[in-house]
Amino acid sequence: MIDIGLGHYLTLGAVIFSIGVIGIFLNRKNIIVILMSIELILLAVNINLVAFSIYLGDLAGQVFTLFILTVAAAEAAIGLAIIVVYFRNSGTIRVEEIDKLKG
Amino acid sequence: MIAHAIFFYTFSIIAVVSAIMVTASKNTVHSVFFLILDFISISCLFIMIGAEFLGMIMLIVYVGAVAVLFLFVVMMLNVAQQKNQWFAGQQSSRHIPVGLIISTLIFFEIIIVIGGWKYKPEIFDINNSISQTSISNTHSLGQILYTDYIHVFQISGMILLVAMVGAIVLTFRQRSGLKRQSYIKQISRERTEGVEVLEVQSNKGVKIDD
Repeated sequence: MIDIGLGHYLTLGAVIFSIGVIGIFLNRKNIIVILMSIELILLAVNINLVAFSIYLGDLAGQVFTLFILTVAAAEAAIGLAIIVVYFRNSGTIRVEEIDKLKG
Repeated sequence: MIAHAIFFYTFSIIAVVSAIMVTASKNTVHSVFFLILDFISISCLFIMIGAEFLGMIMLIVYVGAVAVLFLFVVMMLNVAQQKNQWFAGQQSSRHIPVGLIISTLIFFEIIIVIGGWKYKPEIFDINNSISQTSISNTHSLGQILYTDYIHVFQISGMILLVAMVGAIVLTFRQRSGLKRQSYIKQISRERTEGVEVLEVQSNKGVKIDD
């Protein structure tokens, strides 16, 4: 319990990942919170990669964490731009009202 | 070791609680602030575990750019009127047990994997040959980032460029009826179309714009 090892970090990553998945399912408010849940999931993946990288002594995990960070930033920018355009066109970003693709 | 444990538990409890608050908060602005708190505590964990460069980059990229972008969009779109509802509607509440079941399944799968690794650690052969303790984390990361991973690094630069172009193209909007300065028109103006020389007769004056 006191001796912090790799398992503790992996458990923290698992907890945050699960909270992100719960956030995607439970959220009915607006789509921005879903994007934030995706950021949480990517953060959990980063925790796992960094913990393995430190405890196995291999720097490749940190390099890939850097690339995941890049992709997450790009994804957030594109997603928020799409949300802004959608809000401008339809006037709402509530999840249950975005049902145009249902036909 | 005690200090390590205390810091780990403090930051991880802050991270988990703020992650729960991101999904459960009624107000979207509060969700963004809890997201910022989450990133800060996780980057403190990274710095503590020995990945200083990634912790600092996390602070700069997430807290400095992504979270502020989220905050900007939340405040630009008027979502404040939706803040007083947790789960809108009855028909959407049927997603909740599905989400809980799936996420607990994922959680226990990950825990099973971690437990198997923890009680049988000889599955992995740990090689400590790559990490050098004589140089700092940033130094060693830079040494392999610009040599072994140079192509991936440049591809990530291209990804950022594409994301920037895409965001600008998506949100760009040509509004009509807007008076703008046109340099070409200003520069190509001749004297003949701006000035007219008139012969003014006495006691008659000049009619303008006839």
